[in-house]
Amino acid sequence: MIEALQFGFMRNALLAGLLVSVACGVVGTLVVLRRIVFLSGGIAHAAYGGIGLGFYLGIDPLLGAIGFSLLAALGMGLVELRARQRADTVIGAMWAIGMASGIILLDLTSGYKADLMSYLFGSILAAPGSYLWWMLGLNLLILALVALFFKELLATSYDETFAITRNVPVEAIHLAMVGLIALAVVMMMRVVGLIMVIALLTMPAAIAVQWVKNVKWAMLLATGLSALFVLAGLWLSYSLNLTSGATIILVAGVAYLLSLALSRLRRASAPRGAPAA
Amino acid sequence: MSPPEDRAPLIALRDVWAAYDQSDVLENVSLEVYDRQLVALIGPNGGGKTTLIKLLLGLLTPTRGQVSILGGRVERARAQVGYVPQEIRFDREFPVSAWEVARMGRLGRRGLLRPYTAQDGAIVEEAMERTGSLHLRHRPIGELSGGERQRVYIARALAVQPRILLLDEPLSNVDPEARAIIQALLPELSQQMAIVMSSHDVGAILPHVHRVGYLHQRLLYYGPPQQAPETIRHTFRCPVDMDCEHCPCPVCAGEEHVQEALA
Repeated sequence: MIEALQFGFMRNALLAGLLVSVACGVVGTLVVLRRIVFLSGGIAHAAYGGIGLGFYLGIDPLLGAIGFSLLAALGMGLVELRARQRADTVIGAMWAIGMASGIILLDLTSGYKADLMSYLFGSILAAPGSYLWWMLGLNLLILALVALFFKELLATSYDETFAITRNVPVEAIHLAMVGLIALAVVMMMRVVGLIMVIALLTMPAAIAVQWVKNVKWAMLLATGLSALFVLAGLWLSYSLNLTSGATIILVAGVAYLLSLALSRLRRASAPRGAPAA
Repeated sequence: MSPPEDRAPLIALRDVWAAYDQSDVLENVSLEVYDRQLVALIGPNGGGKTTLIKLLLGLLTPTRGQVSILGGRVERARAQVGYVPQEIRFDREFPVSAWEVARMGRLGRRGLLRPYTAQDGAIVEEAMERTGSLHLRHRPIGELSGGERQRVYIARALAVQPRILLLDEPLSNVDPEARAIIQALLPELSQQMAIVMSSHDVGAILPHVHRVGYLHQRLLYYGPPQQAPETIRHTFRCPVDMDCEHCPCPVCAGEEHVQEALA
C-alpha cells in the first residue's frame, strides 16, 4: 500500500475516500434515523439520468448529476410529503425512470463513452484531481447546512408531529434533507458507484447508531467507520486485484453484520431498561 | 373551587365537526375552556378524544365549525400550547438523551438559525425538575421505562412555557410511581395554565377536575363532574380498558337515556 502511494492516482483515491466519508457519515446518520433509505436509493439511481444528460449536452457529467439528482430528490421528497399512501410506489417509478432516461440519453450521444461503467460501479482510482475540489466544496456545503439546521433536523427526525406543533417548517426541512442526500450521492458515486451508494451511505451510520447514543457522536463515528471501510476496501482491492467499489461495500457489509450480531449479543447478555411497550 | 369564567376562554369550539376519510369522528362539538381549568375528556375508544386534541393543535382541520385558541387561529396560538402525545410508535435505538428530547419544547421559541441559549437550558432544567425527571437527563430516551419517558414528555411540554397544556392519555402505559407523580402534578399545574387531558380513567384525579367532557362522537356531557348524570359518573370508576360488559357506559346503556338525563 505504501509503495502504491507513489502513484498520484492512488493518493487521489485515498483523499477521495476520506472526503466522501464525511458526507457519508453526516448524511447517512440522518437517513438511517429518518428511515428514508428507500428514498435515498431512489435518488442515487435517478442520478444516472444526470450522467446521461451531461454526456448528451457535452457538459461535465458531474454537473449534470448534481442538477438532475437535486431535481429528482425534490420531486421524490414532495411525493413523500403529499402522497403518503403510495409514496413508495411513485418513488420506485421515478427511480427507474431516472435511470432509463440516462441510458437512452447515452444511446443518443455519439462518441466514446468508456467512462460509463465507472459511474455505475465506481472507479475511485480514475477520479481526477478536479473531482477532489468538487468533493471538498460539497462537503463544506453539507456540513454548513447540517450545522445550521441541526436542531430542526434532529427534532423532525425524532418526533415530526411535535415539531409541527412547534411551528417548525417540517416540509422545508424535509426538502433540505433530500437535497443533502442528492449532494452526498453525487460525491459517492465515483467511489462506489451509483448502484452501491446506498450501502455505503447507510451501513456505517447503522453501525454507529447501534453503539452511540448521541446523534453528533454517531455522525462522527459513522464518518470514521466509512473512512476505515473505504481505505480497507481500497487496500484489499489493490492487493488482491479486485474491483474497488464492490470491495469497499463488502468490507462495510461484513462489519455491519458483525456489529449487528455483537449488539444482539450485548442486549441478550445484559437485559435492562423497560419491558417492551 | 372552580376558576372564574368571566374572562375570555382560552379554548373555544363552536359547532365543530371532524372527519377522517369522510366518516365523521366528531359531530357538532361546542365547548369552552377557561384559564386555570383542568378538563378531563373521557369516553370509549374511538369516541374522538384524540381527534379533539388534534383539532386543538391544528394537526387536523375541522370539516365544519370553528376552533379558536387564545382568541385566534390555532396555527398561531399553538406556540403557547404544550402537548404530551399518546405514545404509539417509537424507535428505541434513536440516539438522543432525555435532556435533548425535553429541550425540543424550546424549538418554537428559538426560530431557525438560532441556537438554544443558557436561558433555554434553565427552563428545561426546571421543567424536568418539576416532573421528577431531571436525574434521567443523560439517559438515552429509548432506555427509559414508559413512565419515565412520559415524565420527560411532560417536561418537554412544560419547556414550552405554555398557557394551555394538552395531554393525550397521560396515565396509560405508566408505572404506579409515574402515575402518582403525574396525578399530583396536574392539579398543581392547573393553577398556572389551562389543562385538557384525555383519559380512560380519571379516578384519582377526579376531585381536582373542574370540567369533564364525555365524548362519543358527540359531546354527550360537558360540565362539572359532580353534576354529570349517573350513567356518566358511573364510568369515572371504570377500569382503564372500558369494557361495556363489566362497566356499561352511557352509550351501551342506550344513548337516549343519556339525552334524557342531559335534558
